[in-house]
Amino acid sequence: MNAGSEIWVQVIAALHLLKTDPAGLKGAIFRVRAGPVRDSLAKEIRKLAGPVTRLHPNMSDEQLFGGIDVVATLQSGNLRTTKGLFERQGWFELTMAERCDLYTAARISQALDQRQIFPLIVFDEGIDDEKLPDSLKERLAFYFDMSELAYSDTDFPDIDAFSEKSQPIQTSQTDVPTLVLLANEFGISSARAPQLALAAAKANAMGNHRRELSAEDLEIAVELVYPSRATRIPQESTPEEPVPEQETQPEQNQNQDASDQDGNDNIELPNELLVNAIRALLPDNFLESLNSASPRIGTSGVGFGSQTKSKTRGRPRPPRLGRINGQNRIDIVSTLRSAAPLQTIRKQNTHDAQAVIIYPDDIHVKQYESRSERVVIFTVDASGSAALARLSEAKGAVELLLAQAYARRDFVALIAFRNVGSELLLPPTRSLVQTKRRLAELPGGGGTPMANGLRTAGALAIKSASQGKTPLIVVLTDGRANITLEGMPDRALALEQSGNIGRWISSLGFKSVVLDVGNRSNPALAKVARDMNSVYFPLPRADAHRISETIGAELDR
Amino acid sequence: MTKNFPFSAIVGQEQMKMAMILTAIDPTIGGVLVFGDRGTGKSTAVRALAALLPKISVIAQCPINSEFKKDVPSWAGIKEIETIMRETPVVDLPLGVSEDRVTGALDIERALTKGEKAFQPGLLARANRGYLYIDEVNLLEDHIVDLLLDVAQSGENLVEREGLSIRHAARFVLVGSGNPEEGELRPQLLDRFGLSVEVKSPNNIDERVAVIERRDSFDQNPDSFIEEWLSEEMKIRHAIIAARTTLKSVSSGTDILRDCANLCITLGADGLRGELTLLRAGRALAAFQGAQALERSHLKEIAPLALSHRLRRDPLDEAGSGARVERVLTDVLK
Repeated sequence: MNAGSEIWVQVIAALHLLKTDPAGLKGAIFRVRAGPVRDSLAKEIRKLAGPVTRLHPNMSDEQLFGGIDVVATLQSGNLRTTKGLFERQGWFELTMAERCDLYTAARISQALDQRQIFPLIVFDEGIDDEKLPDSLKERLAFYFDMSELAYSDTDFPDIDAFSEKSQPIQTSQTDVPTLVLLANEFGISSARAPQLALAAAKANAMGNHRRELSAEDLEIAVELVYPSRATRIPQESTPEEPVPEQETQPEQNQNQDASDQDGNDNIELPNELLVNAIRALLPDNFLESLNSASPRIGTSGVGFGSQTKSKTRGRPRPPRLGRINGQNRIDIVSTLRSAAPLQTIRKQNTHDAQAVIIYPDDIHVKQYESRSERVVIFTVDASGSAALARLSEAKGAVELLLAQAYARRDFVALIAFRNVGSELLLPPTRSLVQTKRRLAELPGGGGTPMANGLRTAGALAIKSASQGKTPLIVVLTDGRANITLEGMPDRALALEQSGNIGRWISSLGFKSVVLDVGNRSNPALAKVARDMNSVYFPLPRADAHRISETIGAELDR
Repeated sequence: MTKNFPFSAIVGQEQMKMAMILTAIDPTIGGVLVFGDRGTGKSTAVRALAALLPKISVIAQCPINSEFKKDVPSWAGIKEIETIMRETPVVDLPLGVSEDRVTGALDIERALTKGEKAFQPGLLARANRGYLYIDEVNLLEDHIVDLLLDVAQSGENLVEREGLSIRHAARFVLVGSGNPEEGELRPQLLDRFGLSVEVKSPNNIDERVAVIERRDSFDQNPDSFIEEWLSEEMKIRHAIIAARTTLKSVSSGTDILRDCANLCITLGADGLRGELTLLRAGRALAAFQGAQALERSHLKEIAPLALSHRLRRDPLDEAGSGARVERVLTDVLK
């Protein structure tokens, strides 16, 4: 059996568990794009689920929560409301979940907590770094990345139908501690994970007509629930390493209350096996992703920036009086509200007692707000020449700006260039927490590949503009460019290329500010700034507050 | 209606529980903001609060839960005055809520069928004299936030729309929860919350095991679990009621007022709301602990909750504002 069909077997097992205990497990996420694999998956789901209610990320609140049914209300003369999709029974399916913004995700998460919209099957069709909001990932028990699966993998005999949820399952004294300890070892801090694992283990026991949890139940549960949530790999028992605090605690606790946890000694063995089982299931690139800029895999949040991807509709605003011009949409409820009090008077002039009489003055139109948010793209010189002190000033300025970002409605992004290239350290975000984490890890030293940094900034500006945001590029450098786009040391060419990239940015029409943070102002940098058609500020010995004031003034201009 | 997990059965998170109890003792403290990681029991605690709060006496059918006849709004059209006891309202403000539902609006049914101009009260009316809970408060729409700020400040909901002109009392304790990774809260809204609590996952294995075990036995059989915790719940409830009566007699001398002011000045907290909240929360805590007078030990306990969110944010300070408060506390209250 190859890796692909192993995943498939797990997927099928997870679906059966979901059917057994939908309330406890809530749902599953499948990262899979349209194709034969997805079709087979859909077929399996249909077999188990029956009719499925479909949700998609752009549904309005009225569709989700229900609202006034205008047609029925007018026909009957009594208030009639439609039922929102959240009121339905049975299985739910969320497609294109990677397009889900934080607002929609929060609504669905709340519905998962308080209503009965489970089991919820989520299809994450994201490519590359597109991913769905963490609040959903956190609440649903299972996560499967099926992007590597081939159609042939899905050709696998059915497993026997599970029995429905029936009698309660007994847990032994060690079951819960085992699950909690394991979660701890893999750096899973949320209390939901062990809870979901426990539910999964019980569902598995139920399905197999057992009354007690067996080692196999626990194994299946942790294999299904933990790998996607892990934030670290437990160390193999290396005695000389200082063991993290959490891992030493079990022993302490054993000593403290040996009386009520006498079974703890037995945990060790299955624990080791389970750790290995989970470890085997972690994705191959797990370690790399841990070491990358993102401090915690899977939990770093999508950031506020990406939520505007599908900003075609905007946030709804209160409806206003307006005219029908074929382009705006009529808000029927407020139009009726406006017409309603006058019906008795208006009806005196007609014979039709049923009709609601609406005058053009009553018409309210829907308004959407699609504000154009600004993205301040900090392009920071982290080279040796710019010195580490400068770098910390730049970091400070970014954080100061971000602290004001909520009031200003600005997003902040951070690009650093050093050595031979540049790196997007922080995609557009408004979260102070995330920025702090990323900034703390920004390294310094090496050459000054200014052209490369500007190119990355330009590319990000184009991307932001295509998402309906207004970019502002802020360059903090001493301008001593010495690395070419190709990564070769050549001072003259590096400057010339910087000028060229600068002209490219200015030709795209993006606003920019160049802050010269060198100890003396640099004429070469002033020329690049002119090429970029940007404002040039020599700011020797500027501190974080001055930099942020300068940029703030530039933004308000 | 889903059953709520008992408040007293929540493992750990003492600060959060304390903050909620204090607002129950003295609602004028203002709201509670609970910020923290996912899966730390934020919403569980708020929803559990409803069962814990003592009952209030209201006039039957009154849309704004008035206690006395004179407070019943005329538009409610209540003729028979009958006083009943009911649970303190804890009203959920869902994220997808429309402005109409928050403030109340023209009663469209009566307007269409009878041609009457009548007011249909909204969530703010229902939350009067109780709690208004906003989960994921940092994701709330801006125009709803503006509206809430206005009402929270004036204690009165004013509706001027569709030819209606209605005002009614809307005094409530605002409880918000959220995850800071998903976005920051506007400073103006932050300021409205009297106390703020940061919750973290417990990193003690025993506690975490207890969390899962209690949750599991609750899920197995909610009724018997609630039954089991009933006496604990009643204990807290009685303590709240007792503290409410003794609250007025808790004395606070000039020295302790000086300490409050000193703390706030040293920390550079904006406005005087910091001092007031500190004082009120401190007295509530003293009353809850059965003390006769407000003492420094109470201030020490409550200051991080009352002040940490009021500081000018210094993003360069990695330790966070909680640590700053602690530092100043040890300095000022030597």
